[in-house]
Amino acid sequence: MLEVSELSVSFGAVSALKGVSLQARTGSITAVLGANGAGKTTLLRAISGLVKAHAGSVRYDKHELVGMSVERIVRAGVSHVPEGGSVIAEMTVAENLQLGAVWRYGRRERQRRIGEIYEIFPALATRAKQHASTLSGGERQMLAIGRALVSRPSLLLLDEPSLGLAPLVTAGLMAVLADLSKGGEITTVLVEQNARSALSIASWAVVLNLGTVVVSDSADAVAGDADLRHHFLGF
Amino acid sequence: MRLFWNITLGGVAEGMIFASVALGLVLIFRATNVINFAQGAMAMLTTFIAFSVFGKGVGYWPAFVVALACGLFLGGLVQLVLIRPVQNKPPLNAVIVTFGLLILLEGLAGAVWGNSNRGFPAAFSQSGLVIGHTAIAFSHFDIFIVVAVLVLVVLVAALFRFTTLGLRMRAAAFAPEAARLLGVKVSWLLTLGWSFAAVAGALAGLLVAPTSVFSPTFMDLILVYAFTAAVIGGLDSPVGAVIGGLVTGLALAYVGGYLGGALEPIGALVMLIVVLMIRPEGLFARPTARRV
Repeated sequence: MLEVSELSVSFGAVSALKGVSLQARTGSITAVLGANGAGKTTLLRAISGLVKAHAGSVRYDKHELVGMSVERIVRAGVSHVPEGGSVIAEMTVAENLQLGAVWRYGRRERQRRIGEIYEIFPALATRAKQHASTLSGGERQMLAIGRALVSRPSLLLLDEPSLGLAPLVTAGLMAVLADLSKGGEITTVLVEQNARSALSIASWAVVLNLGTVVVSDSADAVAGDADLRHHFLGF
Repeated sequence: MRLFWNITLGGVAEGMIFASVALGLVLIFRATNVINFAQGAMAMLTTFIAFSVFGKGVGYWPAFVVALACGLFLGGLVQLVLIRPVQNKPPLNAVIVTFGLLILLEGLAGAVWGNSNRGFPAAFSQSGLVIGHTAIAFSHFDIFIVVAVLVLVVLVAALFRFTTLGLRMRAAAFAPEAARLLGVKVSWLLTLGWSFAAVAGALAGLLVAPTSVFSPTFMDLILVYAFTAAVIGGLDSPVGAVIGGLVTGLALAYVGGYLGGALEPIGALVMLIVVLMIRPEGLFARPTARRV
């Protein structure tokens, strides 16, 4: 269970998050929705330690994440895929995947885990020796997610995985995320502007606007609320 | 013809020395985006420490090892104490810090060891080899220079290509934030990068000192040439640093051999200008764009 309470982050005079509270249930997908500038990305960056929160707390699995270093938060089982995936273009696909597991596994276990990732994303296996710079947008996103999964995280933070992808590729990606979540071992927080496809696989949804939580409800309820959709989700 | 071959051989030996200093500059630049103008002065300090150790009568090789170990320590210390505080500031801050360190170290060495010119021992004979009945301008020590730098280059290449430490160091250099999100302890690896670079410098110092006057400023001109080599190679390519070093060494040897030794520094500056005009990203730079 991820429990964010009264989390506040500001950049100089601008507050990006103003006392945000939310929960993500173990083994489920929680969608975080909202317009540009709502604070979605900042929320993920505060959870993974990339930005410092000035108030509030983030409890995960007996850890208080606020104040912990990024590297220690990773070791607590949190994998954050930032916007755009940030695959390392200068490295091959296989090297990117290795990097995701180096802190956790020795050589043999690492190869085994990478083999499992290739089963989830077969397109990556055929490009193992290619530089990540040669991948398409969809393949890059698969690599970024695969790389985050190699270390078997228990909490997966995804920032706009569908950004810039064709609808068909997005649908494929969402199906994989839904599949991953079925085992019940991985808690996913999915930040999306593409609210429709996020709601199709999420069980819970949190809508942010200007750094505060507007609604926190089941995905079905949010998807069924025409007013909410019209005002905050744009569909 | 004999003159040509002698000049060429001398250029290769010189070039390998530039390569090892350039390799240090490149390791630091690609990890932290800083040009370390104190690279030569740090090598000077470790060489003077070796000089003092040697003076105790322990022999050449223990002094050699002490210099490399001091480089490892000094590089890490400089990064932790001086560079880390300015790491996220404008790039010029770090440049000024390394310039300050250059002046500080040369002043310090002058105060401790004096500014007079001394002689530094060589590991092997420095008289020219005799092939058949002809003496050539290439000594056992020159062979040692070439071998030592080649070993260094192979070790660095193997580190980056075959080890997970090298994988993490590359990640820390290319994409620090993405690397941290994958559990890579980036700040520690940047410190280690400076340490390795300073070891490359310390090796260069030990190789240069016997062939030149040995005083607190003996690495200054070498740094200028190594900087030329690193720019030719593209500043963030280890392979480029080595090839740039060889190109610079050979070019300067021809300038010095045919036109006169006094023109060597001018030759280096001309090369620097030509490369920056024709191919400012260097010959071996990574294809992706990057802030310089």
